[in-house]
Amino acid sequence: MLAEMPVISRDPMQPAGCRVTHVKKETHDTWTLDVTPPDKHWRFQPGQFSMLYVFGVGELPISISGDPQHPSKQTYTVRAVGMATRRLVSLKPKDWLGVRGPFGNGWPVEQARGKDVVLVAGGIGLAPLRPVIYHILAHRADYGRLILLYGARSPRDIIYTAELKAWAKLPQTEILTTVDYGGLSWRGNVGVVTSLFRRIALNPLRTVGMICGPEIMMSYAAREFEQKGVSRHDIYLSMERNMKCGIGLCGHCQHGPNFVCKDGPVFTYSSLERWIYKREI
Amino acid sequence: MEVKDLAPVLEQHAFLAGLPKQHVDLLVGCASNRKFDKGEYLCRQGESAEVFYLLRDGIVAVELYLPQKGGVRLETLREGDVLGWSWLVAPYTWHFDARAVTPVRAIVLDGKCLRGKCQTDYELGYHLFARFATIMEQRLESARLQLLDLYGGAKEVRSRDAR
Amino acid sequence: MRASSPPREGVLPRSRLSALFQALQEWGYEIIGPQIRDQAIVYDVLDRAEDLAAGYREEHAPGRYRLTPRAQQKVFASTASIHAWKRFLYPPEIKLYQISLNSSQAQIESLATPVRKRAFLGVRPCDLHAIAVQDRIFTGGVYRDPYYEANRAATLLIAVNCDEPGATCFCGSMGSGPSATHGFDLLLTEILEPEHRFLIESGSAAGEAILSRLPVTPPQEEDRTAAQDLHRQACQKFQRFVDTNELRELMYAQAESEHWEKVARRCFACANCTQVCPTCFCVNFEDSSDVSGATAQRWRRWDSCFHLSFSYIHGGSVRTSVGARYRQWITHKLASWWDQFGTSGCVGCGRCVTWCPAAIDITAEAKALGTLTRSERAHAST
Repeated sequence: MLAEMPVISRDPMQPAGCRVTHVKKETHDTWTLDVTPPDKHWRFQPGQFSMLYVFGVGELPISISGDPQHPSKQTYTVRAVGMATRRLVSLKPKDWLGVRGPFGNGWPVEQARGKDVVLVAGGIGLAPLRPVIYHILAHRADYGRLILLYGARSPRDIIYTAELKAWAKLPQTEILTTVDYGGLSWRGNVGVVTSLFRRIALNPLRTVGMICGPEIMMSYAAREFEQKGVSRHDIYLSMERNMKCGIGLCGHCQHGPNFVCKDGPVFTYSSLERWIYKREI
Repeated sequence: MEVKDLAPVLEQHAFLAGLPKQHVDLLVGCASNRKFDKGEYLCRQGESAEVFYLLRDGIVAVELYLPQKGGVRLETLREGDVLGWSWLVAPYTWHFDARAVTPVRAIVLDGKCLRGKCQTDYELGYHLFARFATIMEQRLESARLQLLDLYGGAKEVRSRDAR
Repeated sequence: MRASSPPREGVLPRSRLSALFQALQEWGYEIIGPQIRDQAIVYDVLDRAEDLAAGYREEHAPGRYRLTPRAQQKVFASTASIHAWKRFLYPPEIKLYQISLNSSQAQIESLATPVRKRAFLGVRPCDLHAIAVQDRIFTGGVYRDPYYEANRAATLLIAVNCDEPGATCFCGSMGSGPSATHGFDLLLTEILEPEHRFLIESGSAAGEAILSRLPVTPPQEEDRTAAQDLHRQACQKFQRFVDTNELRELMYAQAESEHWEKVARRCFACANCTQVCPTCFCVNFEDSSDVSGATAQRWRRWDSCFHLSFSYIHGGSVRTSVGARYRQWITHKLASWWDQFGTSGCVGCGRCVTWCPAAIDITAEAKALGTLTRSERAHAST
């Protein structure tokens, strides 16, 4: 009765103040920002995202694209597609940035131990998968082959070009890139990312597939994996829905029975199959 | 290379995998080996399509020439791929250019000769058509996805839908 | 150690109801309860028992609500009021933060209003369930809403059993009424005959403490019998039902039903149903900055899955059709809520039926969708 009045505990909606330390232009419309971590305990799992608060503009869910072994900085790769993302990529070193996170479940890097990992990325979808590559390279003996199938719109839309070249030289690592529209000077593959599946041989029983990109591309890629005999329980997709809070409280990011922000963003194809082909879910 | 030597090459090519032996032997009769230098055309748009290719090595670009814009690369093909189905469908003319991006080794199959054989051997015809149908389905799906411009233009597609 | 345990039950005459107000006010509670405003019974701050909406009758029908006087001075005359209690626990709009940025130094100031001790008087059993449902959402997961949590901890729930389910009510089908069994601090049963009185039961230590301050007498056999009779009669007054057997699967199976298009022809996507629903919890976060650009505010406002912008991801909204938005809402209430929170998202309060301007009835739609799935199954098996 006369107990003390309850106090309002720390709000998970309150951003922590961070600083931009480095901004790198990846392509004509995509930038990678390095940001100081909110504190020295900051860690993340490959595939997790943060809510980035641009002062006065609002919050954006952005996947973490950095190296999980080096959480001394937060790294985000952002494609400027709207007003808020344009403001985000126009930040300069020393600028203030509000950060909440990391949120979400992340890629199944533990379950994939001992297996071949095939990553399928479409466009900016490579950014959330880059931490998986860093993780595998840092624990190389724990994994079999690492294959990346990466589709971009055109050669000038390819991100992380220097790293792609470096990774391709590593043992047990195959990097296959393709573009939808290639000029005559482009010597690489032309065709959608799913067309790269016929370039690779998989052992379906020891393969884990991780797919990130536009929803339609992911469903086609998932079916390519299935056609190669990979179990739908070993195929993972990173879903995108409208995320406003990142913690399952605002209701916006529902996809069927799931909250993409807290139950995902990574889901097995087996759990999504019922919903991903339904319209307007 | 002797013609009979091509039998194992045909059997091992991904496109013909699982084809019964007697049909492979029939195909050998229509097959020959060819090499293309970098930049050389395997086929030209509008020309008569009498053959198709089983690629063994190298990269081939399928291109379309647009007046004012020049060549547009639509797809790249590599070892294990098949190039060309215009020989199957009247009026048997090539619809695209195909150019060797690197030196290319390929088996050329004489389409005219095969068309004749398929007329009399429906079983061979069925096996070949089933394989081409699969390839066509894959390329059509690819082309449709390419059309969506998923990575760049999702915006335009969606907003049109929303109206 | 208490010398003697306080009473768990008591009978309070109608004429002494003000004693409850006094006790609550002495303990520092602000009382929120049913009162009349704009020809409707709403919940808001009450200073005295006389301001309760006594002597009225509510008429409910799909898309229709009327308040009429009645002879009896029944105190708790309303079913579920147009206002759900969530507006006090999870307000429609709060300003969360003021953020100032000076030469790259940011200061974040929390603006959430301080918590008040409040007593909700006249909580119907359906709403008691709705509060329990929102408790799970806001305080049951890894991330909690600190404002809801604090408000909730400062709130005393005084429930009143329902003896007059309205024409749009179906709590009997949803297992949340007409009588309360748990989740209250105090529970009242209003008995009109022969003497107007309240049978009061406490459900918590705080409830016991309040009860011990009231001029109550121990309940007699006829008090208990009268309460049981009221419960029995209430159970027979329902006019709307939902068959919850297999409901989740029946709803999921209709994800791409043509039926949504039919509902969409009537639905205005006005979001009334989500605003009056006692469990709907969706909010949006909105940011604004002053002209100088030196300070910014962050607001939290109720949102609705009926708004086109609700499902927006860059380039467009996922649920563009009204049918898909209605499907999202009803499927969430009756099906996916179970997956998310282990309970139904619908408590059968009937508000969405009464306050829908197009008279769309969740019970009728659930039945229609269930029938579709069942007949599809029958076709499939023949």
